[in-house]
Amino acid sequence: MAVPVAFFAVFFAYPVAAIVARGLKTDGQWRSGRIADVLTQSDIRHVLWFTTWQALASTALTLLIALPGAYVFARFDFRGKQVLRAVVTVPFVLPTVVVGTAFLALVGRGGLLDELWGVRLDTTVWAILLAHVFFNYAVVVRTVGGLWSQLDPRQEEAARMLGASRFAAWRKVTLPALSPAVAAAALMVFLFTFTSFGVVQILGGPTFSTLEVEIYRQTSQIFDLATAAVLTLIQFAAVGAILAVHAGTVRRRETALRLVAPETTARRPRGAGQWALLGGVLASVAVLLVLPLGVLVQRSLDTPGGHGFAYYRALASDDGGAFLVAPVTAIGTSLEYALAATAIAVVIGGLAAAALTRRDAGRLVRGFDALLMLPLGVSAVTVGFGFLVALDEPPLDLRSSWILVPLAQALVGVPFVVRTMLPVLRAVDGRLREAAAVLGASPWRVWREVDLPMVRRALLIAAGFAFAVSLGEFGATVFIARPDNPTLPVAVARLLGRAGDLNYGQAMALSTILMVVCAVALLLLERVRTDRTGEF
Amino acid sequence: MLELAGATVRFGARAALDAIGLDVAEHEIVSVLGPSGSGKSTLLRVVAGLQALDAGRVCLDGRDLGGVPAHKRGVGLMFQDHQLFPQRDVGGNVAFGLRMHGAPRGEQASRVRELLELVGLPGAASRPVGELSGGEQQRVALARALAPRPRLLMLDEPLGQLDRSLRERLVVELRQLFGELGTTVLAVTHDQGEAFALADRVVVMRDGRIAQSGTPLEVWQRPADAFVARFLGFDNVVEATVSGEAADTPWGKLPVPQGSRQGAGTLLVRPAGVRLVDRADGLRCTVAARTFRGTHVAVQLQPDGAPRLEAACALRDAPAPGDVVGVAFDAAEIAVLGGPGGA
Repeated sequence: MAVPVAFFAVFFAYPVAAIVARGLKTDGQWRSGRIADVLTQSDIRHVLWFTTWQALASTALTLLIALPGAYVFARFDFRGKQVLRAVVTVPFVLPTVVVGTAFLALVGRGGLLDELWGVRLDTTVWAILLAHVFFNYAVVVRTVGGLWSQLDPRQEEAARMLGASRFAAWRKVTLPALSPAVAAAALMVFLFTFTSFGVVQILGGPTFSTLEVEIYRQTSQIFDLATAAVLTLIQFAAVGAILAVHAGTVRRRETALRLVAPETTARRPRGAGQWALLGGVLASVAVLLVLPLGVLVQRSLDTPGGHGFAYYRALASDDGGAFLVAPVTAIGTSLEYALAATAIAVVIGGLAAAALTRRDAGRLVRGFDALLMLPLGVSAVTVGFGFLVALDEPPLDLRSSWILVPLAQALVGVPFVVRTMLPVLRAVDGRLREAAAVLGASPWRVWREVDLPMVRRALLIAAGFAFAVSLGEFGATVFIARPDNPTLPVAVARLLGRAGDLNYGQAMALSTILMVVCAVALLLLERVRTDRTGEF
Repeated sequence: MLELAGATVRFGARAALDAIGLDVAEHEIVSVLGPSGSGKSTLLRVVAGLQALDAGRVCLDGRDLGGVPAHKRGVGLMFQDHQLFPQRDVGGNVAFGLRMHGAPRGEQASRVRELLELVGLPGAASRPVGELSGGEQQRVALARALAPRPRLLMLDEPLGQLDRSLRERLVVELRQLFGELGTTVLAVTHDQGEAFALADRVVVMRDGRIAQSGTPLEVWQRPADAFVARFLGFDNVVEATVSGEAADTPWGKLPVPQGSRQGAGTLLVRPAGVRLVDRADGLRCTVAARTFRGTHVAVQLQPDGAPRLEAACALRDAPAPGDVVGVAFDAAEIAVLGGPGGA
């Protein structure tokens, strides 16, 4: 327990506190009056308003589109279901930068829709909303569908035997059992969209800006640290509130439900209605999830001289512009950083999860559970900038060290590791550990002999998620990655920020590579996935 | 060998163990019997070191076990639902304790073979535990608990989840096995048949306290109080006032054995002591129900203005529901219990 606490104290709480202090403290005096100053600015209030309503709209839209999907995945058996399940999860682990780029290629200037029908959505909020749906579809399908598939259909049958109609049985029996999962999924989606950065940065243009984007702008372009600090605090408070509500719904979700093996609840669709539902879900997956990625790949190959690998080849050459090195070296850098970040995240997250499962874990430790989720929501930009500000003095002078980037990325990876490991560790029957102890196993032996064999798969999956998330981390990395050592997402963003077909094409090509790496990592994981591996 | 003195465990305001004192001698088999929630499983967990004491102490061979962690106590515990390690095969489960104690490989293998033979599963070492039947799991759990040669073997509802015929067979096997090995055993169960068949001594628990301790015969013949009597399945328990060799009860004057405790007390009438006679003689009762019990028929009798009585009848003598019969009582099957009645 001490190690994860220390890790979070030094690499999360301290940098964030430092950056807030830098903004709000002048001559050693706290100036809380600034909070009010900032809040009265009309453009800031506009940002707050937009952040909130786009998150609400994204959440509603995602639920609307993904809930039928959750039902189809839970209750229907059809060919290719496993593959499809993997496909819908790919977007979730994709870097925000890739998603932004893909939607730009679909609905932006010169994008597919523009070419076909002259429709451009990149200047409207729809591009952002659709990208958010794209991202979070898997969150809903996994969280809600996972539970739905384990609900015993006989409960509904029992209600029908007592005289309830099919719909009444669903409404009175299934929906109440499901609603905590729906609430939890909705809150996660809200959290992710509320703090959205990469997508809005690329698709929002000058008109649309979320809190996180505004923090980035204030910090890196206007150098108004005070405003950035206030915005960070606001976001911190909002995220804390969301997480508190989320923790509440999780607790409610743990109320005893009769769960059965998912294989037993799914059956072939029957009748026109059910086939139409299946068809509709497949179509929405094709249009919303597969099409943007397809367009991305197509754009990366669509060079002025016909289809070819020119953009990919260009990646290998020094262009001397925004980069000091050839963009292709970003691939190697990214992989190295992501591997290091994964190792850190697995160790820290694993220790934290193990500590959280101990039966004698007190209230304090349980509170840490929710605290571990904070890095998911707290401004990554702040963390990144905080690293630069806070970790520049001995004994912690890491500013010039390569480890800085993996450390920041690991912060985002840890929550995924904890979330994946906790349910599995909690599912290990405590008496199995006791049986081992009575047979003479010391606590450490018990962990090795009983826990480890059971969580090995979960550990692998957790590592995979941490890897994908680290690979795609953008908000913090964009600050601390050194110009001569950009990661893939940073390189993509820089290429997009520059004019010219070649840069655009290279961004598409680099995004495609990033997508392929993430997708491959995820598809490998799907092979080892068990059904009891948490929410993601 | 095992001594508990003033052992107390509290869960909040409730005492799961309330100042328990209990001695188990070398080679003795003791069964702790009680309804669920009586604290009997907590008792085992305390001895195993899985539950800390709030007061009192536990000694094994004269050594205080306070502060000794579970894995260093050298006692064995067979869990209620066996808790076999699912990712290991039968041999891996049985060898687990030996590995933890650093036994050499060769010795592990021979000991596993020996134990599997002992529990009647020769050659099962490479079978996955998921494929075992309930009875086989029980045997593997036993072999696993016995493998490191524990000083004391504890069994938590050892036969709880098995079906009746298997249970009756296994309990005989277990008793024989423990007798041959000279194992000291502390078992808990809620099934009096199991406890009586297995144990040298039975300890009945109630609300974290020991209600009675004695040989199976003693406990069966003379339950300490109304609670124990009812827990053992006796329903004919009433308040009575004893004077001389007769007792005043709601069922009239009943004969009691010579030398019974005098004054107000609780009376137990075993069903075998309720004899059906001609309706003109004895207590007049209506037959309310009858239940076939294999060797006899249990007949529920409703006297006028008094609690129901249960009688045990031979199959061919059993009256039909609605019949009116007379009842006489047999002093040999009546016992005056200590303590206040009711419960």
